[in-house]
Amino acid sequence: MQPFIDRLIANGAFAGMPVEVVYALMMILFGVLVVFGFFLPIAGVTSWLERRVWARIQSRIGPNRVGPQGFLQWLADGIKLLLKEDIVPDAADRPLFLFAPYFVVWGIVATFVVIPFSSSLIIADMNVGILYLTAVTALVVVGVLMAGWASNNKWSLIGGIRSAAQIISYEIPASLALLPIVLLSGTLSTQGIIAAQGWAPWHWFAFHNPFTFIAAFMFYVAALAEGNRTPFDIPEAESELVAGFCTEYSGFRYLLFFMAEWGNLYVIGAVATLLFFGGWQVPAWTSNTVLLNISQFGVFFLKSYFWVFISMWVRATLPRVRVDQLMILCWKYLVPIGFMNLIGTAIWMVVWPQGNRVVQYGLVILTVAVLVQFSRRVRFHLRRARPELYYSPAI
Amino acid sequence: MGALIFYLLAALTIGSALIVALSRNIVYSAFSLLGTFMGVAGLYALLAADFVAVIQILVYVGGILVLIIFAVMLTHRIDDVAVSNRSVGRLPAALIVGAVGVIMSVGVVGARWAQKADVQAAPTTYGIGDAFLGPYILPFEFASVVLLVVLIGAVVVSRKEIREETGS
Repeated sequence: MQPFIDRLIANGAFAGMPVEVVYALMMILFGVLVVFGFFLPIAGVTSWLERRVWARIQSRIGPNRVGPQGFLQWLADGIKLLLKEDIVPDAADRPLFLFAPYFVVWGIVATFVVIPFSSSLIIADMNVGILYLTAVTALVVVGVLMAGWASNNKWSLIGGIRSAAQIISYEIPASLALLPIVLLSGTLSTQGIIAAQGWAPWHWFAFHNPFTFIAAFMFYVAALAEGNRTPFDIPEAESELVAGFCTEYSGFRYLLFFMAEWGNLYVIGAVATLLFFGGWQVPAWTSNTVLLNISQFGVFFLKSYFWVFISMWVRATLPRVRVDQLMILCWKYLVPIGFMNLIGTAIWMVVWPQGNRVVQYGLVILTVAVLVQFSRRVRFHLRRARPELYYSPAI
Repeated sequence: MGALIFYLLAALTIGSALIVALSRNIVYSAFSLLGTFMGVAGLYALLAADFVAVIQILVYVGGILVLIIFAVMLTHRIDDVAVSNRSVGRLPAALIVGAVGVIMSVGVVGARWAQKADVQAAPTTYGIGDAFLGPYILPFEFASVVLLVVLIGAVVVSRKEIREETGS
């Protein structure tokens, strides 16, 4: 946003104010805009959509009463939780207990600073953008540990410690998966990484070579585990730990935890998109900057939300993994594969500095073939299973 | 404006450091380390050292702080530990602290701080990378060998414990 503010200042919009004050005010304004205009609605709508998709997969109906198709259910839930009493247990450590949810939300909201929604819609295009993204998620760990300890409840403590162990372990494969992309693009800035790709699928980094192709899926798995999503939601495993680190929370603070979880889902999708799937890149179809930015925003949003949608499917279909399986997956499989990807991409860049066109087209064709076969099988099973359940085209 | 931000960050750093040192509850101490680390990261960012600032958060908040909190939480009954080592006394402590304080104050006051006219916010990542793989490659590789040794050592130590437990 800095070029935009600079132009406003040059046009004399803030005559007489110190530049730093203008920057600070604008930063706060854009922060508020992103949190209330994007983060909150996206977390809410995702919660509703997830319940509907989930219900559909399990042959239920799901929330369909508030608004058309139950669309306003998230508002109703939010208002309900706001009106509930905010209970602090007697044995809890009061200041830490009250403070913990803010840390979790802070860690997620802070990632939105470097997420590029379009070529000019980004709060700050930092030189170390992608590194910053991995760093601020560390704040979530602190918040989760704080919540788990301060609740003074053994389920909370176990959940908090499990969550922290999981996030710290899966930070490594997630970072290893994004290193090949940093190698290829030669920059850590999120806008720079997107600018190094093109609008066509064979220009995306996911299809650049077989190693980045693997890295894309590895990143997605590691990011899901970092976000405590099913099948990796052992910190909240309701069959074992009631609700994990948020067992003792109620009302608004409970809402904050879930807002962070669903908001994080969009962050996962956005980061996967910007690293591997071309970000906001669109063909230059118009010279109008505003129209171009709107189309870029739309493309970026659709690509990101596709991954959110996939995570809903994953959540509805896969069983939860055990703690030891989780650690084995991370340390014995993902980390070695991550190193292989890193070295493989480096060798690839030495052998084919301009990239190998044949391999790129081949990987795109492979992906399309897998997707076509997948949708054909799904359609076949839908038709055969219970036709009467699938009359309505709505979710 | 820059000075104001500096003093705010310095206040955050020193304030949380005071809580770390003075709090009776060790869990509070561990958590207020977060403020210190974030404040230091902010100071780095203020000095246009963007890479170092982010690495500070990544390593200290994401790694070391969580490790400390883990250790504090998993220690049994950490609130009332029986102190086994007797304190040597206040007078020697005051003397040593006073001496160190005098030396540090003299150092700070006497140092000739090289002042740049204006901090230029330029990307530092390329420079750091070039320096690591150019003139400083030996210390860099040496540090990575040390880390590797530590890693293997940790694995060996933890494996030994398991073997003893199963053997007995």
